[in-house]
Amino acid sequence: MLQTGKNSKTEVVQVKNRRNGGLLTFLNSQKVVPYVLISPFVLSFLVLSLYPAIQAIIMSFQRVLPGEVTFIGLRNYTRIINPTFFTALQNTTIYMILTVVILVSLPMLLAVLLNSKVVKFRIFFRTALFLPALTSVIVAGMVFRLMFAESDTAVANQILNWIGLESVDWRYNAWSGMFLMVVLASWRWMGINILYFLAALQNVPKELYEAAEIDGARALQKFFYVTLPFLKPVTIFVATISIIGGFRMFEESFVFWTSGSPGNIGLTIVGYLYQEGIQKNDMGFGAAIGVVLMLIIFVISLTQLFLTGAFKRGDE
Amino acid sequence: MKQKNNPLLTWLLTIGFAVVAFIALFPLLNLTLASFRPSTDLMRNGISLIFDPSTLTLDNFIFIFTEAEIYWRWFGNSVWISLVIVVLSLLFSSMVGYALAVYDFKGRNFFFLLVLIILMIPFEILMLPLFQLMIKLNLVNTYTAVILPAIVAPVAVFFFRQYALGLPKELMDAARIDGCTEYGIFFRIMLPLMGPSLAAMAILQGLNSWNNFLWPLVVLRSNDMFTLPIGLATLLTPYGNNYDILLAGSVMTIVPIVILFIFFQRYFVAGLTVGGVKG
Repeated sequence: MLQTGKNSKTEVVQVKNRRNGGLLTFLNSQKVVPYVLISPFVLSFLVLSLYPAIQAIIMSFQRVLPGEVTFIGLRNYTRIINPTFFTALQNTTIYMILTVVILVSLPMLLAVLLNSKVVKFRIFFRTALFLPALTSVIVAGMVFRLMFAESDTAVANQILNWIGLESVDWRYNAWSGMFLMVVLASWRWMGINILYFLAALQNVPKELYEAAEIDGARALQKFFYVTLPFLKPVTIFVATISIIGGFRMFEESFVFWTSGSPGNIGLTIVGYLYQEGIQKNDMGFGAAIGVVLMLIIFVISLTQLFLTGAFKRGDE
Repeated sequence: MKQKNNPLLTWLLTIGFAVVAFIALFPLLNLTLASFRPSTDLMRNGISLIFDPSTLTLDNFIFIFTEAEIYWRWFGNSVWISLVIVVLSLLFSSMVGYALAVYDFKGRNFFFLLVLIILMIPFEILMLPLFQLMIKLNLVNTYTAVILPAIVAPVAVFFFRQYALGLPKELMDAARIDGCTEYGIFFRIMLPLMGPSLAAMAILQGLNSWNNFLWPLVVLRSNDMFTLPIGLATLLTPYGNNYDILLAGSVMTIVPIVILFIFFQRYFVAGLTVGGVKG
């Protein structure tokens, strides 16, 4: 009895081992491993990206009150057509255009100069320009707020007074409010965009410059006919991230006015979404603003893909 | 550009760059100086160019280190949240990027396309439903609520895939012959080889979560749960009598990052320009 018991026990253990071995072999087969490796990502994608994305679109057709959700068709979207949203759209668009112009042209120029052997201390300058990227918008914005404070004793007004101009109430005029946001964003992003351009400049073949020199090209001609064509892809890329970043702007405005600027001079699309969706708890309306924002961004991303010729090339 | 270097041009351009670099560093310099000045003065006057050097004082820092408990609470929250986000998002993303790069499996292209699509979805549109979800799960005002959405990091997946494409696959076969499991190959052999890409992404994710603002602002409700940017932003009031914490505290949010930057510059550059990686 005892003997058989022991025997059957060991048998059971052996069977178990075999089964475990089977499962382990299964999990270890090269067909299954990749699925195991991607499963946490897929799971979190389903819960944290796909579900909210679908829910956002559904919500944009609903009035969402605590414990009561009603379908109201396109009413949220028709409500979007109002002066406040247009102010937000206008501010965001102006901000986007200004930051794109500044954050494409200046970094390109600075990168081309830094890449030439003409300037000294290039690594120091590159590092100095990159440092602002390490600060948060809140910390940087706080410093800018104190530098551009309304009193005559703050840095910006001191400088204006020195050159004989009147002090400005920086945070209370539409133009100066926009100026503050654009300066803050440009200051933080300049260094990173320079790095993008520098990376692209490494890929311009040296022989082309030599050939151009033999043909008697001047420095400017070399820039326009050799450098610039090579910079086209990176320029489109930097412009695209700047456009998208511009449309998604929120913090640069929040740090100057928290959540209410005089005459809405600092209101942006995301700021409006935050006000309506979170602060006023009107989630359906907020979701509709989000959908509009997403459509804008999708169109821009697709345009970029077309411009860079992503659809022309056959995929690997 | 190879050309005869005109010394005058060189010096003009160098001086021009010195001016640009000065403008870039000027706000940081101002912040540092301001943190050593009486906070009441700053609140009233803003940061000014001319001030009496004898008014410089360590009071703000002394106050922060001795009395500002709430500041250290925020600091701790930020450190903990950033740390968890870096570890989880790197682990999950590297697994996906690696799988997409080295294994041939059904649906590989589909999953890669999925990653690219998530890259294009702006977080702002997911924000309200995610907030609803956090309310349903009773997670509002918790670390988990801040951390969860950040663990899906499509940029990092994309970056790791590019990097893993260049890994030597012969090593995998050699390890298989030696009886190593597929997971052993990943964790013991391939992941260490992906070190530089891990460092770059750790910096990108770490800096993003350290400076992240909108989502924590939405889900964090009480003062003791705030992260540094949210906490500091609450001090930005016109009537603030907390400018001592604000200024010295701001300096101390930048200092750890600058120290890391000095040691790991290469990875900072790689991490922060990750968008430029081409397929």
